Amino acid sequence: MDYRTRILHTGKDRDPHTGASSIPICQASTFAQDDPLVFGQYEYARGSNPTRDALEHTVAVLEGGSHGFAFSSGMAAISSVLLLLKTGDHILVSEDVYGGTYRVLTKLFNRWGLRHTFADISTAEKVRAVIEPETKAIFAETPSNPILKITDLKAIMDVAREKDLLTIIDNTFMSPFLQRPMDLGFDIVIHSATKFLGGHSDLIAGVVAVKEKEFAHRLRAIQNTFGAILGPQDSWLLMRGIKTLAARMEVQQRGAMRIASWLSGQPLISRVYYPGLDTHPGKDVHERQASGPGAVISFELPTVEMAHAFMRSVTLPLLAVSLGGVESILSYPATMSHASVPPRERQAKGITDSLVRLSVGLEDPEDLIADFKQALEKATDGR
Amino acid sequence: MKEGWSAETILTHAGTCWEQSTGAVSMPVYQTATFRHPELGKSTGYDYSRSGNPNRTVLEETMALLDGGERGLAFSSGMAAIDCLMRLFKPGDSVVASEDPYGGTFRLLEKVYREIGINVIFVDTSDLNAVRKALDTGPRAILVESPTNPLLKIADIRAISKAAKEKGALTVVDNTFLTPWFQRPLALGADVAVYSATKYLSGHNDVLAGLLVTKTKELGERLYFYQNSAGAVPGSWDCWLVLRGLKTLSLRLERQERNAFAVAEWLTRQPHVVNVLYPGLTTHPGHGLLKSQASGNGSVISFEVDDPGLVPRVLSSVEVFLFAESLGGVESLITFPAAQTHADMDEEVRCRLGISDRLLRLSVGIEAVEDLIDDLSSALGG
Repeated sequence: MDYRTRILHTGKDRDPHTGASSIPICQASTFAQDDPLVFGQYEYARGSNPTRDALEHTVAVLEGGSHGFAFSSGMAAISSVLLLLKTGDHILVSEDVYGGTYRVLTKLFNRWGLRHTFADISTAEKVRAVIEPETKAIFAETPSNPILKITDLKAIMDVAREKDLLTIIDNTFMSPFLQRPMDLGFDIVIHSATKFLGGHSDLIAGVVAVKEKEFAHRLRAIQNTFGAILGPQDSWLLMRGIKTLAARMEVQQRGAMRIASWLSGQPLISRVYYPGLDTHPGKDVHERQASGPGAVISFELPTVEMAHAFMRSVTLPLLAVSLGGVESILSYPATMSHASVPPRERQAKGITDSLVRLSVGLEDPEDLIADFKQALEKATDGR
Repeated sequence: MKEGWSAETILTHAGTCWEQSTGAVSMPVYQTATFRHPELGKSTGYDYSRSGNPNRTVLEETMALLDGGERGLAFSSGMAAIDCLMRLFKPGDSVVASEDPYGGTFRLLEKVYREIGINVIFVDTSDLNAVRKALDTGPRAILVESPTNPLLKIADIRAISKAAKEKGALTVVDNTFLTPWFQRPLALGADVAVYSATKYLSGHNDVLAGLLVTKTKELGERLYFYQNSAGAVPGSWDCWLVLRGLKTLSLRLERQERNAFAVAEWLTRQPHVVNVLYPGLTTHPGHGLLKSQASGNGSVISFEVDDPGLVPRVLSSVEVFLFAESLGGVESLITFPAAQTHADMDEEVRCRLGISDRLLRLSVGIEAVEDLIDDLSSALGG
């Protein structure tokens, strides 16, 4: 079955009782039981709820995992997965992870004795060089946020198999439509489902797919104990969004390719980061592990002032945090997604104050280009 | 909403006419992930819904007003709220907690935070001397449930808060069973009130949510950092549902309490019932203390039957009461704590505390009280 078809027919895509073509929103906190000792499938909605259950099943199917989990945000998903590790463990983390992941590791989990190293883990040699005896897991993000650096997932898996490490990946930028890390052997795949999976900038959610039953049991206990779960309305909206995932991704990606090429031809744009461009250093590796470059582009203007002027002058994309929605969104990583990373570290990672990030939506790319053109002209006039 | 309004008015007007341009009386649901910035460097006050969303803001502000606190914070479940609070502490710290709390709280403290290295000292918080002794060990905080779940023991919130303050420990009160309508822990000296808003606050057995209310801005800010970082926030729809529930909080609680009192009195006269725990009964050891710190008794009753064999019979024959976990909703529920809410507690601990295999918990709803009594009467073999 083609993946585009599978997305629509996951096995829990309709109501078994009525045949309704959409899963009912089961807005219930508790479930009446028939027997005092043998409980039904659903007991209390923190543990499990039929609407969330259908979503979690969908997530597992889409990523090729044994179990799926839905959380109240991408950060809640990441925080819950990190609880699989214990005090004294060490985790190796992709050096340019999302700012929220950086914050939760440096301000929360470090206080509980989970040690971390942020490192360039783009090749097997680099991973081997930073592994410690206590390293228990690797956390990758590829393409990275916001400079779209590519990490070789196969290389990470080679080292992880050698050293018996838990492999975790944030697959938000690609979605399972474009990249399925479990096929390469990854244990745990995380998404901020707020982004491409939901796709309409209308909900906050996080999902996790787990390959092995063992981790699934532990994560189920963590999910129920900490209770950072997704409500039924948001679970339903997310499933609704997932139905158009393939269609959206294909159009958004086509638009992104067109815009990235156009940006590359603009003398005022000093740098364009997009793994679909031939000039992108990670293009080959990316093409081996993903079926497309996605819809996020970052680019740099010559000066900070011009970057500001550009962002002030665009009219079509929303100037906002987040990405992956049907509406194009322009973000300023320095003050938005990566504000929690200290300035010096940010600069070192290439997240300069003249870098902007664009999430390409479903608008006609020519309309977006016309808008960028006038904004660039205004930015030049102001110089 | 204004400070100085009485609780009924605050509850009724929570979120009304928030949207000035249409005049809609009911607040719109802001089903949005992100918010457009008017221009670079300017924000409407909302940037990203994990950090803040209008429906959540109104819920948080309403609860802060009701509880007389500086800051309210909403979460995806009651457990997520307590989890956020526990993030204040580090390995090596210790906290004191009621020895018979909700099973989920027990599990979180015992199985997760103890493993991280936070020492948890469980005490009978209805015993002030035991509390004082535990406070002498230098804990960072004391987590009090009052009434406790399911044994309905009453803790002296004023005295505990005072003693904790002297020792430099925070007092946190899980006020789920009474809500600010009946009991306001911050006014009694506590630093934080905690709620499973799934229960009385939303009141319809239809939404999961948690809340924290802090006495000071400073503590509220620290907890906000963890709320935003770990991201266990409720969606806007769920916030809207809790707010909708809050509008009828006072009506529901008054009716539920009246029903509960009648059911509790009736239970004390039943031959197969040996022990009725309800703080509204004058025979309850905490009756006087509760009266001095709360304006009502709530609607949770626990009782023991004389024979464990009666438990399955009661659970399978009730028709008005729903046999389900949870409490506080308009529908009456009956729960078997040993197998449901407190299943994660070691059997030995559970039995020592009195959560026996003969104990049943009722959450009394707003049905006609005669129907509730008739239902229990036939289930008990009346």
